[in-house]
Amino acid sequence: MELKLTTKEFLEALRQDKLLGLRCRACGAVHTPPAAICPECDSLDMDIVELSGRGKIRTYTVIWTAPEGFQPPYIVSLVELDEGPWLMGNILGVDPNTADMSLIGRRVKLGHRVLPGDRYSAGEKVAITFATED
Amino acid sequence: MREVAVVGVGMTKFGRSEKTILEMFSEAALEAIADSNLQVKDIQALFFGTVYGGFAEGQMNMASFAAHALGAHNIPAVRYEGACATASVAIREAFIWVASGFYDIVLAGGSERTLVMDTSYSTRLYEMGSHHAYECPTGITFPGVFALMANLYASKYGIAPEKLKEQMALVAIKNHHNAMFNPKAQFHKEITLEDVYNSPMVASPLQLYDCCPFTDGAAAVVLAPAEMARKLVAKPIRIAGIGQASAGPLYAQKDITRIKARELAAKQAYDMAGLTPKDIDVVELHDCFTIAEIVASECLGLFDFGEASAAVARGETQLKGRIPINPSGGLKAKGHPIGATGAAQVYEIVKQLRGEAGERQVEGAKVGLTDTLGGDLATVANIILRK
Repeated sequence: MELKLTTKEFLEALRQDKLLGLRCRACGAVHTPPAAICPECDSLDMDIVELSGRGKIRTYTVIWTAPEGFQPPYIVSLVELDEGPWLMGNILGVDPNTADMSLIGRRVKLGHRVLPGDRYSAGEKVAITFATED
Repeated sequence: MREVAVVGVGMTKFGRSEKTILEMFSEAALEAIADSNLQVKDIQALFFGTVYGGFAEGQMNMASFAAHALGAHNIPAVRYEGACATASVAIREAFIWVASGFYDIVLAGGSERTLVMDTSYSTRLYEMGSHHAYECPTGITFPGVFALMANLYASKYGIAPEKLKEQMALVAIKNHHNAMFNPKAQFHKEITLEDVYNSPMVASPLQLYDCCPFTDGAAAVVLAPAEMARKLVAKPIRIAGIGQASAGPLYAQKDITRIKARELAAKQAYDMAGLTPKDIDVVELHDCFTIAEIVASECLGLFDFGEASAAVARGETQLKGRIPINPSGGLKAKGHPIGATGAAQVYEIVKQLRGEAGERQVEGAKVGLTDTLGGDLATVANIILRK
């Protein structure tokens, strides 16, 4: 059975700062990134939808010891989107040296950043990013 | 289903090793086989775990080579990989085949060699526990995942960040203290609050001493039907309950102060054993980071949610506390050769229940629990062992 929305299609949209997800016709739940079946009710009947890309920071960290290919410090967060799903993304526009717990709860809007691939990444890396809105 | 027992355990000294992955495994396996009063020719199948074998040594098909290396030349051998839960996943598979009656005597465990790789390369490899397309491009790291957990924990339960930092540091101090009494531990060094606070920041709020080290090492166990076990050894240790569950990538788990895979796996193990968290006398759990121990102890039902960090500060998890956690020194100070860790946890609980744990013995321990977590909270296996 063909998947409704693939990683390739999700990442191509992300490169346009569009956040695609799936809405379940059976239960109405929205999820992103794409899954094969509805995570809430297991239905296969889903439509592709564009999410707002807006949400709030639920937690964050400043990375000081980085994997090869990354220059620390930088911020990684988990954001709860207005539609319900959570996403991991880098927080842009905030100085990692002064980031503190007051980041939690801040409103953010999704963007992206393209990074060169490495030998394990199956092509270029497209990172989800978030910029603060308030 | 037949009752299954651990008849023998073995592990290498953890730390830096000049030996290959298979040499380390052979040493641990031969110790476990001797401990079982068995010979290599008695082993019917090998359930072998390693995570980064291919990256560290460029070796494929390691299970077959592992059987050969220890002299079990032609037995079926299968490799398991469940990130840091690898060896516990392998042991559970071995348990299922012995319980089913398909095999009688099997060997399970794992081996890992990490210190041949530099920190930046290792950090890239460990990041593979996050989703390659949706999460890795952010530059998330393993410590980073648990740092996200720590800040969410503080925020959710209204604990001042400075207070949680101290409570987390007390986990590291406790586990370093316990490791002083474990000759096979990587570190034999007491640490202080100042040591933790003065160590380099890895992923805020986690500093170097909040993190387990990179480690080389191997551990193995021999399983047999309980009836046979009683004839083989003086002190067989029964596997009373076992469980495993999965949870997918971090984004799908949302509130990561509740580890669903762990809550489900632990429930399977408790239900199979007919026991509750109150019946557990000693625990070896997955303290890859200090916050990981706190959250794990809650998900296992040992403390109420949001209460474990304060319980650490009250000393309840110390060797002589209400519920001793990580008497071996845990991943933090015993070391964490990731593909071997689950088997090393079983090693410790078996030694504790036999009363062979020396200065770190938990007095009167009759029931022990292991807890091994793989990747971004995505695989958890739990084993309840009984005298």
